Amino acid sequence: MSAAVDTRVSPGRAGRLPGLAPLALVRAGLELRQFWRERDAVIFVFAYPIVMLAIFSSVFGSEDQGTDVAQIGFAQYFLPGMVATGIVLTSFQSLAVSIAVERDDGTLRRLRATPLPAAAYVGGKVLLTLATSVVQTALLLAVAALAFDVPLPTDAGRWATFAWVFVLGSATGTICGVGFSSLPRSGRSASAVVTPVVLVLQFVSGVFFAFFALPGWMQTLASVFPLKWIAQGMRSVFLPDEMAALETSGSWQHPATAAVLVAWLIVGLVVAVRTFRWRRRDDG
Amino acid sequence: MTSTTTPSPAPPPADPRGRRGTPATGPRRSSGEAVRVRGLAKRYGTKQAVDGLDLDLATGEIVAVLGPNGAGKTTTIEILEGFRDRDGGDVRVLGEDPARAGRAWRARLGVVAQDSRDQAELTVAESVRSTARYYPAPRDPDEVVEAVGLAPKAGARVRSLSGGQRRRLDVALGVVGHPELLFLDEPTTGFDPQARRTFWDLVLRLRDAGTTILLTTHDLAEAAHLADRVAVVREGRVVAEGTPESLGGPDARTPLVTWTADGVRHAERTDAPTALAAHLMATAAGADGEVADLCITRPSLEDVYLGLLAKEDHA
Repeated sequence: MSAAVDTRVSPGRAGRLPGLAPLALVRAGLELRQFWRERDAVIFVFAYPIVMLAIFSSVFGSEDQGTDVAQIGFAQYFLPGMVATGIVLTSFQSLAVSIAVERDDGTLRRLRATPLPAAAYVGGKVLLTLATSVVQTALLLAVAALAFDVPLPTDAGRWATFAWVFVLGSATGTICGVGFSSLPRSGRSASAVVTPVVLVLQFVSGVFFAFFALPGWMQTLASVFPLKWIAQGMRSVFLPDEMAALETSGSWQHPATAAVLVAWLIVGLVVAVRTFRWRRRDDG
Repeated sequence: MTSTTTPSPAPPPADPRGRRGTPATGPRRSSGEAVRVRGLAKRYGTKQAVDGLDLDLATGEIVAVLGPNGAGKTTTIEILEGFRDRDGGDVRVLGEDPARAGRAWRARLGVVAQDSRDQAELTVAESVRSTARYYPAPRDPDEVVEAVGLAPKAGARVRSLSGGQRRRLDVALGVVGHPELLFLDEPTTGFDPQARRTFWDLVLRLRDAGTTILLTTHDLAEAAHLADRVAVVREGRVVAEGTPESLGGPDARTPLVTWTADGVRHAERTDAPTALAAHLMATAAGADGEVADLCITRPSLEDVYLGLLAKEDHA
């Protein structure tokens, strides 16, 4: 974005306001640069799902998951959960925290003083989320396949499922993250408010434990939230079809997955639009 | 302490492509109204932060808003910038109501707010260039970085800047959009004297290029140097207004002569301090020919300002 811009202007107010798409791209470039320069965050975002997969595979490595119907390795069983948790971390958690921090440190206030529309700011965040999610998931799949011998799907149908669950899950997480960012009172408290939400969801949604082994009430609770459905959708991609018998409903429930994620997307959008604030809550 | 306004050395305009005609030699009051505020009111809980404030800015002038902390200066500025809702009153900024104005209106404003600590990981040049792209008719970002004296720091991360450099970056970000109206909220806090002087020159160049500027400051010398008019705000209202030379009325500017005679301190206001001094030399001088503790003071803007606040306290 650097030198190519011709900012020379002719006299008069003839200049037109820049469009939404170019502004979102400008913002995305800035977001990527800033993200990349925070090395600790980069390492965390990319390494967390891989480290968790490695830990769980090592701890439970001797046990196989499943029933008489199908026996698969632990790494393979938990890979979908790690993919799902990675999506939620980069979309929901990263956005909810980073927007709360930027509200606190004055980034949003400064942007509010410019003609930049809120949608371009959020658009930049969406593009950042997309970029980081893609890299994160690709790294995770590569490590799973190469280091843990997890067989990756070969047919196009499964990758199509992967694509829509990935995109819809990321979109829902992103929008919900924007909406949730108004809850923390300050940038300092943002992590403390957001992280437990994600952590609890990870435990009840079958990311760390086999979902079929969780108590019934916990399964019901998890079914309200998106993470369970993203994880289930990813299981339908990475696990053999016989494993569908282990789902609570006995099937992969693709229509229900899409419906729940879209519902959260809409709810998140309404909440985000209604609660988005440029300034801190206690700031008048 | 000197009290007179130092004439500015008529530097070249900051932007030769200035949109509003040729640089003028002084404040222009004729070409219309940039800001018009009537009866502005804002309450926080039980505190009436702004209480019937009136303020006008003509296009192309610099107005300094003075007042103690908590007087409502920042609240007022933030309402004018469209950051805060008001409880009452009529506000027009560049012809629009800030509470309802949109992107095109924001493109005509520049805002330099207090204490910012954002964009730490970007470089100075990235920060200014990207901000320029939000605007329809920005200034050249590299020229702006140069104008605020940050060219040597263009490649440095914002996090590495000193307080004064950070503030100059704030100014660069505030003016890169080529605003018609610029808000400067305590812009030189933490500047060393030389940086402050450089900044003043920059502000005057912006004014000469046609920018209307609303400035808040605690630095009375700054207000005296920069402002075409000053408004003193106290408890949410303007209690005095005028040019830096006329504020407080003629009495407030009458030179004060003080001296000691027979162990008693005397003070007298007079328009003829030299005559009084000569008279004292004849009548009150000691054996060495000196009048004890003789002092002639021409009140500075700061003296006038403090006098105004003291008067209000007793009112």
